[in-house]
Amino acid sequence: MKRKSTSVQSTVQAYLFLAPALILLAVFSFWPVGYGTYLSFTKYNLISAPEWVGLDNYRELFDDELFLNSLKNSLLYLLCVPIIQVLSIALAVLVNNNLKGIKLFRAAYYVPVVTSVSVIGLMWNFMYNDEGILNSVLQALHMINEPIGFLSDDRIALFSVMFVTIWRGLGWYMVMYLAGLQAIPQDVYEAATLDGANGWQKFWKITVPLLMPTILLCSVLSTLAALKAFEEVQIMTQGGPSESTYTALFYAYQFGIKSLDFGRGLAASTIVALVCMALAWVNFRYLQPRQK
Amino acid sequence: MSSQTLTVNPASAQKPSLESMLRGKFGQRAIQYLVLSAIAIICLYPMWWTLVVSLSTTGNVYEFPPPLLPKGASIDNYAEVFKTINVMTFFKNSLAITILTLIGTIVVSSLAAYPLARMRFPGRNLVFSAILATMILPSEVNFLVNFITVSKLHLTDSYLGVALPNIVTAVNIFIMKVAFEQVPGDLIDAARVDGASEMQIFWKIMMPLALPALGAITILTTVTAWNQYIWPAIVMQSPDNFPLSVGVLYLSGAFSFKTRVVAAGAILTILPILIVFIFTQRYFLRGFDGAVK
Repeated sequence: MKRKSTSVQSTVQAYLFLAPALILLAVFSFWPVGYGTYLSFTKYNLISAPEWVGLDNYRELFDDELFLNSLKNSLLYLLCVPIIQVLSIALAVLVNNNLKGIKLFRAAYYVPVVTSVSVIGLMWNFMYNDEGILNSVLQALHMINEPIGFLSDDRIALFSVMFVTIWRGLGWYMVMYLAGLQAIPQDVYEAATLDGANGWQKFWKITVPLLMPTILLCSVLSTLAALKAFEEVQIMTQGGPSESTYTALFYAYQFGIKSLDFGRGLAASTIVALVCMALAWVNFRYLQPRQK
Repeated sequence: MSSQTLTVNPASAQKPSLESMLRGKFGQRAIQYLVLSAIAIICLYPMWWTLVVSLSTTGNVYEFPPPLLPKGASIDNYAEVFKTINVMTFFKNSLAITILTLIGTIVVSSLAAYPLARMRFPGRNLVFSAILATMILPSEVNFLVNFITVSKLHLTDSYLGVALPNIVTAVNIFIMKVAFEQVPGDLIDAARVDGASEMQIFWKIMMPLALPALGAITILTTVTAWNQYIWPAIVMQSPDNFPLSVGVLYLSGAFSFKTRVVAAGAILTILPILIVFIFTQRYFLRGFDGAVK
């Protein structure tokens, strides 16, 4: 009897410790999922009560060229994932070296990660300007005659924004991979060297397989990051030129926060959430190291 | 660069060819440094350009080749930022939001991590999985409902409204949990035998021993809270409540033709956090050791 009461007591205690976190999670993480899904079936403008409209919002979304284009842009944004993965692994291998001053380089590569996205957007607007450094260099090299409208040409703008996303994320993934690399025991490499393996073989046969957990984690995280990208868009192009840089979440933001059409906005973000979960599942399914 | 390493003794039989030099250890080093420096330039150049422009007063902003050092260096542009927008107010707002988020994060995540690390109770795994599950859904997807919630709670335009949704993150709870798990069990048993309450164990034993982890989440949270843009931009409605990250875009919207002034505003926004970063970079660059393994 006494045992039971102490265990009840310790359970209560455990939940008292957990209470603040659980309450905040319930309000700001779980409630939005449930209530958001419900509101996506309604017309709601924050002032009058939500009015149930069934699948109307979803139907409207899929009839809306702009949304379809936004969704396409969000999926196109996934191109960042393999690029970030390859570059950050290469970068991690490069800085996982006992060169003099290597810590300085690592720090330099991390600076964009600790810089606010609003300032990064501003700075790249300067870089991408018609008279900015990129156009000037390309013109000086006679590679182009006319300045490229990095952010004003609707065929290029989305890729310019994607480049900034890659640029500002690279250092973060580099550090993740660096931690992964440093966890690989050196004697595995030494044994392989004795067996006559060359650098390339060691990379593919040792580094990559042993890095798999990190590759899985980073690929899930960068997939989610690509799908949720919209701050860059909001700061650099506001969706333009001619709506060519709308991403699905930028669309949700425009309709939800800007036009107070929460039903439509939430239907769009529910679709993004579903895509996120589906792609996270795909990552786990195909990148999980096979158990022996 | 030391000249000794470069000097080739003319008396020696033959000069090493460029190829053999590149194959040699020295050549390899040189290539490595060249690649490393090229990447460093790509990472840092936008900041450097912005800094140079913000300190220059003469010439075309987009002059080519761009000057590596400011021309007619002065802090006039900075003075104009202070005249144009209320930098000190924005700074105070950023600071308040950051401190509020930070205190909340430290208190709430360590409290939550303690039972997850050290107590057995029904539902423990379920609670932990639920916390981890929040990592899959980007918080951006929640913005719309969180905005509704915050307005219903009458927290729009308030520091608390910006801070509250950011206080609980799975990563911070995870970091604290790993730190608490590493505290030797004997220590806790001894304290329990002496009649210490769970709260005393948490406060007097666990927290002091978890200081390095607390340091890590302090730095990570500070940087994230200072830099966040879209959520404060949604919650804050009057410009007097903007943090710097939002205020700087306000400056750029209103005075886009004054590139130098906007550049100065950008530098003012990132300077505090860059200083924090310079002094604490080893915490970032060690990686999220616990989280990866």
